[in-house]
Amino acid sequence: MILKRRTFLQRTLATSTVAMAASAGLMAPRAVFAEWPKNAFMAKGVPEALTGLLGTTSANDSDQIKIKAPDIAENGAVVPVTVSTSLDNVESISIVASANNQPLTSNYILPAGTEAFVSTRIKMAKTSDVIAVVKAGGNIYTTKKEVKVTIGGCGG
Amino acid sequence: MAATIKIRAKAKGGVTTVKALMNHPMETGLRKDKKTGNKIPAHFIQEVVAEHNGKVVMTAYWGTAISKNPYISFKFAGGNKGDKIKISWVDNQGQSDSREATIK
Repeated sequence: MILKRRTFLQRTLATSTVAMAASAGLMAPRAVFAEWPKNAFMAKGVPEALTGLLGTTSANDSDQIKIKAPDIAENGAVVPVTVSTSLDNVESISIVASANNQPLTSNYILPAGTEAFVSTRIKMAKTSDVIAVVKAGGNIYTTKKEVKVTIGGCGG
Repeated sequence: MAATIKIRAKAKGGVTTVKALMNHPMETGLRKDKKTGNKIPAHFIQEVVAEHNGKVVMTAYWGTAISKNPYISFKFAGGNKGDKIKISWVDNQGQSDSREATIK
């Protein structure tokens, strides 16, 4: 294979920039985003988790957020949770299981054009509130729903 | 690694609904191996990125409290039949995978 020297150099340069931006072996999109918020995920309490994630604990209760989760979850290892909201300018949705060892379960960054809807399955250690935290237009809104858990799903 | 992601994407009325299932143990690091009594080290997906025709439509940061073999669903405006949806994940041990699917 014969590569023109110019193209070859350009390509090498392009790839190496990407490689430097993303740490070795990771995909390029990763470089675009902030780091995995370690402090928030490792936090042992709900306020600490929210501070770690959003930098504040001040939040408004909102009835415009809907959490769809079972009233009673037989198996805490698999609790289906769906969060949606009619709030405008939603930037992120986070799902918190308040009695878990590490309460923050997940955080979803939703760019413009993506609907304020996310559905997943979480683990819950015991009966507790599932809290949905929505960041919209720079403000933070929450709502919660209690889920009764018969068998815990964390460790054991 | 074998393909670990299954993707279903459907466009309807200007909105595309994406559903994805990943194969992953999602170990919390708290569970003990019953035979040896040693803790099983944490092993979980930290980040999931979804792209539509190269544009990021969702980024998820996950902790250990996402269930084993994670499921995720989300919706975004736009997207036509035949468009590409790409989903990638990276876990805390540096493993990763990505898969591309076509919107139906």
